[in-house]
Amino acid sequence: MKIQSPLEAYNYLPGTNCKECGEETCMAFASKLIDRSRKLEECKEILDESYKDEYEELTGLLAPEIKEITVGTGEKAVKIGGEDVIYRHELTFFDAPPFAYDVTDVMDEKEIVDRVNYVQNYKKFYVGNFLTLDMIAIRSVSDDPKKFSSCVRKVAETTELPVILMSFNPDVLEAGLKVISERRPLIYAATVDNWKRIAELVDKYKVPVVLFSPDLDKLSSLAKTFLEMGMEDLVLDPGTYASGKQLKGTFDRFIKLRRSGIKEGNKDITFPIMCIPMQAFLANKKGYKPLPDELIETLGGPEEGRELYQPVLSETAIGNISIIKYADIIVWHNIEAYSVLPSIHLKFNMYTDPRTPVSVEPIMREVGNPDENSPVFFTTNFALTYFTVFNDLDSNGIDSYLLVIDTGGIGVQSAIAGGQLNAGKIKDAVEESKVKEKVKHNTLTMPGYAARLMGDVEDETGMTVLVGPMDSGRIPGFLDEHWPPKSE
Amino acid sequence: MSDEKNILTVKGVQELLEKLQVDELKDVTIEGDLEIEIEPSAAGVPPEMMRSITVANETRQLLQHFKNLLSMEGISVPGTPTVQLAVPIKPVPTIAKFSPLGKLIERRFEVKKDEWKSKIEEVTLGATRADGGTRGHTITIGGEVCMPFYPDAQNPHRPIVVLDTFDEPIPLAKAVKGFYGDVMEDPCDWAKKNVKEFGADMVTIHLHSTHPLEKNTPTKEAIKTIEDILQAVDVPIVIGGSGDPGKDPEVLEAAAEVADGERCMIASANLDMDWERIAKAAKKYGHNILSWTSLDMNNQRELDRKIMKIVGMPRDRIIIDPTTAALGYGLDYAYTNMERIKIAGLKGDDELNFPMSSGTTNAWGAREAWMKESPMSEDSDWGAREYRGPLWEVITGMTLAIAGVNMFMMMGPIAVHVLKNMTQTLMGLVEDKDHEIDISNWIREV
Repeated sequence: MKIQSPLEAYNYLPGTNCKECGEETCMAFASKLIDRSRKLEECKEILDESYKDEYEELTGLLAPEIKEITVGTGEKAVKIGGEDVIYRHELTFFDAPPFAYDVTDVMDEKEIVDRVNYVQNYKKFYVGNFLTLDMIAIRSVSDDPKKFSSCVRKVAETTELPVILMSFNPDVLEAGLKVISERRPLIYAATVDNWKRIAELVDKYKVPVVLFSPDLDKLSSLAKTFLEMGMEDLVLDPGTYASGKQLKGTFDRFIKLRRSGIKEGNKDITFPIMCIPMQAFLANKKGYKPLPDELIETLGGPEEGRELYQPVLSETAIGNISIIKYADIIVWHNIEAYSVLPSIHLKFNMYTDPRTPVSVEPIMREVGNPDENSPVFFTTNFALTYFTVFNDLDSNGIDSYLLVIDTGGIGVQSAIAGGQLNAGKIKDAVEESKVKEKVKHNTLTMPGYAARLMGDVEDETGMTVLVGPMDSGRIPGFLDEHWPPKSE
Repeated sequence: MSDEKNILTVKGVQELLEKLQVDELKDVTIEGDLEIEIEPSAAGVPPEMMRSITVANETRQLLQHFKNLLSMEGISVPGTPTVQLAVPIKPVPTIAKFSPLGKLIERRFEVKKDEWKSKIEEVTLGATRADGGTRGHTITIGGEVCMPFYPDAQNPHRPIVVLDTFDEPIPLAKAVKGFYGDVMEDPCDWAKKNVKEFGADMVTIHLHSTHPLEKNTPTKEAIKTIEDILQAVDVPIVIGGSGDPGKDPEVLEAAAEVADGERCMIASANLDMDWERIAKAAKKYGHNILSWTSLDMNNQRELDRKIMKIVGMPRDRIIIDPTTAALGYGLDYAYTNMERIKIAGLKGDDELNFPMSSGTTNAWGAREAWMKESPMSEDSDWGAREYRGPLWEVITGMTLAIAGVNMFMMMGPIAVHVLKNMTQTLMGLVEDKDHEIDISNWIREV
């Protein structure tokens, strides 16, 4: 955004301190605008006709450096771009790059539907929520408008996820647009060869478009030309490559584009960047392997799909590097669960706001319907640890009490090393929760990693301590063996 | 003429119009005050309406004729009947068809380089015979002048990989165990395999068996393993304790003495233990020290300062470990902490501009790295763990490479290979002409 201090934003606000937005003062609201935790539209007064000029000017000043573009419609629509900083500690990264997975118009119907369903039904529980996948990229391998059109129709019937239509042939793209343009797909791609015809499609169907060239001069020319034609919903593909100097060039271009956009305010290219790590599969066809085959043999994974490991590994590495620097949207080819899992975690991690501590309230939680015979566990108030333990208990139907110890949002191992988790704190939590009055077994089960505190905790709390497993996923098996506790 | 005819009604006008065969006033209503309203559609001015406007203009003339006609009939009309278009039509009454620009606007893309004030210290690991040790070669890390892999300048040294070796068999994830099953009983075989087969630049010997709550091997006995390892491999080595803050100072001090002059890295000194004793031993016997803190820049500064000021350790013998958290388990903290430290170092912070080491092995602490399947039934399938685990380690390591790590302490041979390959590629050290691809028609070719 163009302004850095709350005062600069405040000058445009009504200044009446009406509190309608929920903030005490307009200045407080202004500071939330600057850190982008509130939206200008939440100020009802400034939406009044009499503040029209202020509203419009301030909207312009608050706009993110990298343009934010919406693809798709309705609940599943995704926002891409919207970034304001080069390093995440300078503020935070904002719009996590949506993951799109490809289907092609030479796949049979079943394969298309299976892949689309895999993507739209995917979920992984993490820190209190489910991580999911975002988009479908429809690639025209046939170059036949009819085939493409029926593939797009099949995808549209199967899912409401936003789509990317991919072909360098404008006729093929138009065939797809005729089917799905009202769902605001992203079209890929305008190049130095086809840009006029693509511009006509963008004008006719009012859709966002990707510009593609690995040559940054040409990419800038394309972007400037589209801007001049009044088209602003642009995405840049500076070319993704898979190995050697070509991959080095890819990394450099991503860095240069983002630096030019944010640090130097080069308005020609302040658009979201697309990464296409599936080029790893093209390189694999030319024989590129990131690993010696013998190592994969020794690894001993399932034989089915083993031949995919080389290109998948390569695609995963490239895609994940781009999550960090600086992809705003990523188009993947592989849907191998072992690759999707780490990638969605990295995306979530990098786009977690570093300004908010990831901790939960340190109180005692009841899991299910615990009674006087239910076990008592404790863990730290690091959100990730807490949710993991809570869900392992809950999803296994273990009625129990869970004491959440205030470690300042630090996990068990680190908190023990750093002293934030100690016998004194555990004693305080036991007393405050009055858990001893709720159960009659007087037994506390501690995380396996806290084993070294066992003696101290027994002395401080006067409870019998059981050392639980290192991982809460193993609590069910542990309880089978150790619960109810043997009477002394 | 009857009396009724003296009043001009709308109906009368319509009848008159009909008489005159003006029957095509579609979309046009004529109201009592003789205004003609045209309802524009949302899409702008439709062709029918354009036609109607034309008709309306003609009607204006027609009405004038009426007036004349009516006055001839003896009917008086107050004022001059007018035809107004009640809704102003904004666009000019021709629809512009979009036409793209005739040619591309030529642009040259330029961007400035980042320039930094300071550089990161260079630290050399290992000592050859010429320097009083027995290592076959030395390895130097650090010395960066810009952020890792950035196109601003060429940094002098590539990141290196140190593979873990333990002085006793330990529980390992399935995706790792397969590689070590045959050597875990003998740390020397283990170290050799790390170097010869798995491409380790260095090895760490963890004196894991000294932990008081486990095997509790006496220090004197444990340090014999160091001598054996120095015989078994000729790469520079890292010496680690068991992680017990009580016993590590004693163990590491004795280990430093037995490896006198080899310029090992002693891992590690941290604020929760007798760091002074460990760092002093490292200094006395000619080693480097690993200054380890827990995800806190200020603690890192404090410990580095103490090691420099109180122990008197030379700057070119300090490596820092700001702590590695696994992917999904705080990697974002580790990443940002390290990135900030590297930036501070390049900006001239002389308590932070040291090469960084990462305990990337921590990636295996994530349950997603090693568990066979998700303990939660709602989760989608996690995929084969043999394939998943190495990726967990690769991504944890690559993320921190981008943050500025110079030295990776790792566990899995697959991850070692990929990490070395990728970091050297991003430094521009790998040509790979053979696998160059043409992506100009990739959509059809993947």
